[in-house]
Amino acid sequence: MMTNPVHRITQGQFSFLPELTDAEISLQIDYGLARGYAWSIEYTDDPHPRNTYWEMFGMPMFELEDAAGVLLELQSCRRTFPQHYIRLVAFDATRGVESVVMSFIVNRPSREPGFGLIRQEGQGRNIRYTLHGYVTDRPEGERGE
Amino acid sequence: MAIGAEAGNEAPQARNDGPTAITDAKRRYRAGVIKYRQMGYWDPDYVPKPTDTICLFRITPQDGVDPIEAAAAVAGESSTATWTVVWTDRLTACDSYRAKAFKVEPVPNNPGQVFAWIAYDIILFEQGSIANMTASLIGNVFGFKPLKALRLEDIRIPVAYVKTFDGPPTGLIVERERLDKFGRPLLGATTKPKLGLSGRNYGRVIYEGLKGGLDFMKDDENINSQPFMHWRDRFLYVMDAVNKASAATGEVKGSFLNVTAGTMEDMYERAEFARELGSVVVMIDLVVGWTAIQSMSRWARRNDMILHMHRAGHGTYTRQKAHGISFRVIAKWLRLAGVDHLHAGTAVGKLEGDPLTVQGYYNVCRDSFTRQDLPRGIFFDQDWCDLRKVMPVASGGIHAGQMHQLLDLFGDDVVLQFGGGTIGHPAGIQAGAVANRVALEAMVKARNEGRNIRAEGEEILRQAARFCRPLHQALDTWGDITFNYTPTDTSDFTPTAAVAH
Repeated sequence: MMTNPVHRITQGQFSFLPELTDAEISLQIDYGLARGYAWSIEYTDDPHPRNTYWEMFGMPMFELEDAAGVLLELQSCRRTFPQHYIRLVAFDATRGVESVVMSFIVNRPSREPGFGLIRQEGQGRNIRYTLHGYVTDRPEGERGE
Repeated sequence: MAIGAEAGNEAPQARNDGPTAITDAKRRYRAGVIKYRQMGYWDPDYVPKPTDTICLFRITPQDGVDPIEAAAAVAGESSTATWTVVWTDRLTACDSYRAKAFKVEPVPNNPGQVFAWIAYDIILFEQGSIANMTASLIGNVFGFKPLKALRLEDIRIPVAYVKTFDGPPTGLIVERERLDKFGRPLLGATTKPKLGLSGRNYGRVIYEGLKGGLDFMKDDENINSQPFMHWRDRFLYVMDAVNKASAATGEVKGSFLNVTAGTMEDMYERAEFARELGSVVVMIDLVVGWTAIQSMSRWARRNDMILHMHRAGHGTYTRQKAHGISFRVIAKWLRLAGVDHLHAGTAVGKLEGDPLTVQGYYNVCRDSFTRQDLPRGIFFDQDWCDLRKVMPVASGGIHAGQMHQLLDLFGDDVVLQFGGGTIGHPAGIQAGAVANRVALEAMVKARNEGRNIRAEGEEILRQAARFCRPLHQALDTWGDITFNYTPTDTSDFTPTAAVAH
């Protein structure tokens, strides 16, 4: 078990709060839609902090008007990947932003083993650090329980 | 007659040639002393070109000095003029080089002061050099005797000149992508006590803060390489703490390693060591000066490094309303010079800053196009031509109990730094970090849900404190702490001047 104060990976906007209910997730989706953001759903079994490219669960949803459509997709993703990390990501295409503007985790595996820190001692007291995700010792597709 | 002569001041031998620019060359260049406005530094009909830099100065002339002559003198002394006529002007296209004061107005509610608008041709400034621009605009002129006081309030930098700068090496958008942190302010803390900790003890504070939930820790401005902690020791221990906290949380973490030093060679050496150790960010202090800032910006750009700017020293010249430079001008220059983070005030914390004025600084850092906004002290439209955006930093005497005010004032794109408000937590540093992170996430969530955080903020914090004991303790400890003093620097403008107070 991870030893940080919330005992889990703390990526995303709301990892320190109690799990968001679907009703609460809907309100966040609405907030993004009202600002013209496009929502997408991404999942992974390798939550290394430098693993930028989680798998896309379908295309970003550019033309939605209410949260129900996103929630439907999310439920489908949860059914397909119940032991993966799943995040909702909002994208803002405004000139000068053109990037992710919201991102929060909406599904986690039942066990989060976290990361080990490998220290490679170099010259002098210099150390090279590597974060190693315990789950990645097993091949892709065999990491859930 | 020279400036000041009306008041009976001792003046150099004067010629009496009338109130406006002398167009007859023979008379204009006769040896002797004439008024600045006769020399061509005052032109009420001048229409600024799109390529001109425009400065707005607040001028307090000495008693008896005519405001228009004072404005012309400021234009002259910040461009080509000297105190007397020189024939060598005639070897140049001298009218191009003369800055032109073109408008003078009394400052509302401040008798004895005037605002003066002055335009500078683009040929006056070397491309890509803040040092060169500042040597003119805030050079000799600030010591000019006929003025009691002088302040550079705002500046319009032409697109053509903006495009000669690279700007922030990373910018707030790419910073977020690199750190994988979106949709909320970033959280930081400055390590305390700022002086005296050994490297080993210093790293402990870093580890606890980051593991507890902060994104960043930070060296203070005056931590360099003193006898109690050599810089290499600090960097080595800090990076162990950063990486260990990253492993414990699964998040990218950083600590602003202050590479400020006595020479550029030392700064480069320190920055390179920070890079070797895998730091995502280095920091410098404003006191290193413009050229050093631009050099470090280039270095940061070549090395994929976020460059954090601590505005150490700015209060000596930005705080007093009558004399110096407004911080909004410093912020504009720093965006051009190229920093990624900039301390820009808290409005609610322990350091100077009227809320609207501080919002003006934030807008200068983050806008794609800054519109004139007099209540926030912004006098000019400013097109930033897609120059990257600077992440403002709010630091100094803020705590979790103010989270609703901070989020309401500054939005998502800001680093909120709770130093004492993390490290001084009664249950320890990790608990302090948890309190801040929970308060922040709860407030962002509530705002997105459509709640009015300005009105309901305290209730939202109390609700979150029900499931988070560290937040409960933080609110018990600091909930009532405020720093309510009258700001010294507020904007002066005509339409609704009372709003600024």
